[in-house]
Amino acid sequence: MSEAAAHHDDHGHHYNGGISRWLTTTNHKDIGTMYLVFSLVMFFIGGAMAMIIRLELFKPGLQFVDPQLFNSMTTLHALVMIFGAVMPAWTGFANWMIPMMIGAPDMALPRLNNWSFWILPFAFTLLLSTLFMPGGGPAGGWTMLPPLVLQTGMAFPFLIFAVHFLGASSIAGAINVVATVFNLRAPGMTLMKLPLFVWTWIITAFLLIASMPVLAGAVTMLLTDKYFGTSFFSAAGGGDPVLFQHIFWFFGHPEVYILILPAFGIVSAIIPTFARKPLFGYSSMVYAAGAIAFLSFIVWAHHMFTVGMPLAGELFFMYATVLIAVPTGVKVFNWVATMWQSSMTFETPMLFAIAFVVLFTIGGFSGLMLGVTPVDFQYHDTYFVVAHFHYVLVTGAVFALMAGTYFWLPKWTGHMYDETLGKWHFWISTISVNVLFFPQHFLGLAGMPRRIPDYAVQFADWNMVSSIGGFVFGLSQFMFVIVIVKCVRGGAKATDRVWEGARGLEWTLSSPPPYHSFATPPEPATIDGGYR
Amino acid sequence: MATAHTAHRHYYVPESSQWPIIATIAIFTMFLGGALTLNQISQGHEVLGAGFLLFVYMLFGWFGTVIAESENGKFGDWEDTSFRMGMMWFIFSEVMFFAAFFGALFYTRVLSVPWLAGAGTKVATHMYLWPNFLADWPLLKIPNNYGFKEAKEVVSAWGVPALNTAILLTSGATVTWAHWALKLNKRGQLIIGLMCTVALGILFVSLQAKEYGHAYNELGLTLNAGIYGATFFMLTGFHGFHVTLGTIMLFVILMRSIRGHFKPEHHFAFEAVAWYWHFVDVVWIGLFIFVYWI
Repeated sequence: MSEAAAHHDDHGHHYNGGISRWLTTTNHKDIGTMYLVFSLVMFFIGGAMAMIIRLELFKPGLQFVDPQLFNSMTTLHALVMIFGAVMPAWTGFANWMIPMMIGAPDMALPRLNNWSFWILPFAFTLLLSTLFMPGGGPAGGWTMLPPLVLQTGMAFPFLIFAVHFLGASSIAGAINVVATVFNLRAPGMTLMKLPLFVWTWIITAFLLIASMPVLAGAVTMLLTDKYFGTSFFSAAGGGDPVLFQHIFWFFGHPEVYILILPAFGIVSAIIPTFARKPLFGYSSMVYAAGAIAFLSFIVWAHHMFTVGMPLAGELFFMYATVLIAVPTGVKVFNWVATMWQSSMTFETPMLFAIAFVVLFTIGGFSGLMLGVTPVDFQYHDTYFVVAHFHYVLVTGAVFALMAGTYFWLPKWTGHMYDETLGKWHFWISTISVNVLFFPQHFLGLAGMPRRIPDYAVQFADWNMVSSIGGFVFGLSQFMFVIVIVKCVRGGAKATDRVWEGARGLEWTLSSPPPYHSFATPPEPATIDGGYR
Repeated sequence: MATAHTAHRHYYVPESSQWPIIATIAIFTMFLGGALTLNQISQGHEVLGAGFLLFVYMLFGWFGTVIAESENGKFGDWEDTSFRMGMMWFIFSEVMFFAAFFGALFYTRVLSVPWLAGAGTKVATHMYLWPNFLADWPLLKIPNNYGFKEAKEVVSAWGVPALNTAILLTSGATVTWAHWALKLNKRGQLIIGLMCTVALGILFVSLQAKEYGHAYNELGLTLNAGIYGATFFMLTGFHGFHVTLGTIMLFVILMRSIRGHFKPEHHFAFEAVAWYWHFVDVVWIGLFIFVYWI
């Protein structure tokens, strides 16, 4: 960020030169940049693992990798993408955007902020080093279900400690967001004027603070079961392996909304901008996000319909799950209503946002199907589930990340990105991602199980189609990198407002913004609650 | 909140700091050492110890920096509010950490142990696997003691645990007494109150350690004694660890009080530690009721 250097002495603050600037920084923009770059790197590492998976599944039979490595690829692909790519990307966006959106000088706890980031590369060093150990990486699935996961070899404590470490990072980051939003808002920035990205992030932060410690507890019990003779998850000692699933999914379901709520926020910023119309139903958007967050804590056992729960449990978790469709439906309705009779243009961020609305909704509908207990008995652990959560996470969360990146890249760098290349990236990604994941619905409905390196020949055709889609999608992401690198290095000068319809405090700053943005709070008159 | 302060002053954003990255390296080294130790690799202990030393060095450095900033008047009410929110939500995250273990306790007691004995729809499990297993709590006879060693007896609630309850509740009162003194600027009472609290904390941990020895050596109640031992030691062990941390934190506050730190109207660190102390107190009440008593 050579631009930032120009603002070196803005307010008498200075930063160290070279690498030590990045190691010791307390600046929210520096830390945000590190989060985003780290996330992009992890996106490609996790993507490479996905390519290995799709390569092996290109044809029936065992071609390229042995089943142990295949299983560790599915396990690590999930952990890397969730904890390494998507969550850090959201924290990166939060770091960059929240202080600028609420008129704050920085994050509330800047040193804690630095710590939250620097944990990540070290935690992933612990986790990914297991691939080079005797016995290989963890291969029991990212859900770490006992007793299977207890058979992990040398990698086991590394897996557990990496999860602890990542949890600490998330909790620290979430606490920082809460303190920032509740304490550092500029005068006049009332709660119901907050941009929806800020709203969805506060709710996400509460989800993180409430759910990550539970995961830490769960994996601690795994650790003691393996090394210290406890019997939490062993029926012989009076415990229950299903107990782990309950505790894990008590974390795991809020986690799903941790991954998607900030996406809702970004899409709610982009659609009004390119529709040149205020967001339809701002307050209902806020309440819907809150309702989704609340419900996310009482639906966890829909991941476990087939473990043998009492009937009352099956019914409760089914109804609670299906209830989530109501606030989610409110959101989708509001996005569509915002676009209704508007003067839309289709720049790359808007294209990704519209694709998000359509494709995330497909993922939502397949989730609704999976939420119905008797139906889930049929679909459980099949490729239908894989198709479902990749629609919500890739065409949902990841598409929103890309939309947000294109949307704010001119603000961050001061340059316009290459619109033609961006559009190519969008169209190739959108077509290939559907070629990749849509056939997996068919495979799942036909009965193909998840997490297997080999399959019956009847599944061969759609697997080949899916793999081809996967390779194209994987390769097309290099276009994303090219767009970003080109944009950072130069390009047409971006205006402060960047987009004709952009509203909100971040657009009142220069592009790129000064190193310290709102050292003094903005005038209350400039806060128009633009997202309403 | 922000409105009142922004008109006349800037929020304090610290300069770049080396402490977070040192903290990360220290914890990474401890995790690495721990993982090597668990894999029975001989250098594990040394790596773990090195990480711990670096961690302690970091604590002195990082907290030293913050204390110096505080004493130099860098923090006003506005910064204080951030710290308060940070501590409050950190304690909430700790509550959720304990909730995982309490959840495990309730789930096994209420659901899965009765299921193993054939309750509800789980008749077949009982019939085919362990037909002689009887649900009972505290669970001394486990379904299959291969790999486990059953306990003879469990710790009674009305001995040391009841005494410890009294000690911890008293310590909650003494820390509040010290807080009142601080607010009235009675430094002598502040220091005496903190000394009492630290002493009661040490007494609690010592009695708990003695009770653990008794459980392990005489009662045969160990981590390895089945689900009762597992939940018992996990809950009381993590609680004891938190009391130890709390006592160390109180000791630091005591030392700072002796040095004349804190003002009647400005003493966030004291309050944060007091909150933390009350939190371990409340967890103990939950433990006493659900682990020892009923």
